[in-house]
Amino acid sequence: MLVYWPHAGPTALAAFFASLVEGVEALTVVLAVGTVRGWRTTLLGTGAGIGVLLLAVAILGPALTWISLDAVRAVVGTLLLLFGLRWLHKAILRSAGVIALHDEAAIYARQQQALRGMHASATRWDTVAFVLAFKSVVLEGTEVVFIVLALAAGRRGLLWPASLGAIAALAAVALAGIAVRRPLARIPENSLKFVVGVLLSAFGTYWAGEGLRAPWPGHDWAILGLIAAYLAVAAVAARLCRWRVAMTAQAAGR
Amino acid sequence: MQWLKTILREAFGLFVDDGWLAIASIIWLAFVWQLLPRLPVPAGWRGVILFLGLATILLASVLHRAHRDRAS
Repeated sequence: MLVYWPHAGPTALAAFFASLVEGVEALTVVLAVGTVRGWRTTLLGTGAGIGVLLLAVAILGPALTWISLDAVRAVVGTLLLLFGLRWLHKAILRSAGVIALHDEAAIYARQQQALRGMHASATRWDTVAFVLAFKSVVLEGTEVVFIVLALAAGRRGLLWPASLGAIAALAAVALAGIAVRRPLARIPENSLKFVVGVLLSAFGTYWAGEGLRAPWPGHDWAILGLIAAYLAVAAVAARLCRWRVAMTAQAAGR
Repeated sequence: MQWLKTILREAFGLFVDDGWLAIASIIWLAFVWQLLPRLPVPAGWRGVILFLGLATILLASVLHRAHRDRAS
């Protein structure tokens, strides 16, 4: 199988980082549910959620190859672009202090408190634990499935690098979760989201351009140029936002 | 029907957080797709113009949000 390394490397990396972020968020909820309600049904809910997501990849991944490549690139590229810009938009605002940083430890504490207020199950089967773990894994995992499929949709042969990147990240999160039994609050989640936003925006722009017949100078290598360009734009945007926040605060203080 | 509404809301939320950013990006993509090929612009520049427009939209969107949230 021919693998285009200017795409395969960044594709695997984007899938890895995005899945790491989503995995950490799902782990926080699963840990909170497991420690308060018990592990048996929590792990069953987690397993069922992972099963549903694997089934979605197994069905939708090959189905994308049935559609014309130009149509897939235009539609999936546009969706990936909107998805990436949404992440990057939030990451820039977080890094500039406009919106609050994502705090896994605080979310974990809130989840535990809410779960303690609920009635304990009288039987071994705890529906609350199952549903909460299942819902958390499916909600966060849907984003992982979309990212893997969207990154792989632009060119044949990219499903494997994207899937391997995601599997490696989820395995790393699971092992870390088993080892520390606490939310992974030390992972620089907001910096990771910044990087993921840059990567997804770059891939979305590239594939949307290919699908809409807007050719790129340098062809495949343009993806690396787009990553560098989005990184520069995001860094400048974060600085300008900080400056704007300071100016607005100064004006309000007068 | 509540579950269907929840699923649709979650799916919409995956792609749209700031409505202005999403709409402006789609309009720019439509411009590059349908109108740019009719203008006297070399084909090799279309990708670069696509990126420059999207970068400008992103920049304008975050600056507007920074100003709005701090002013309110």
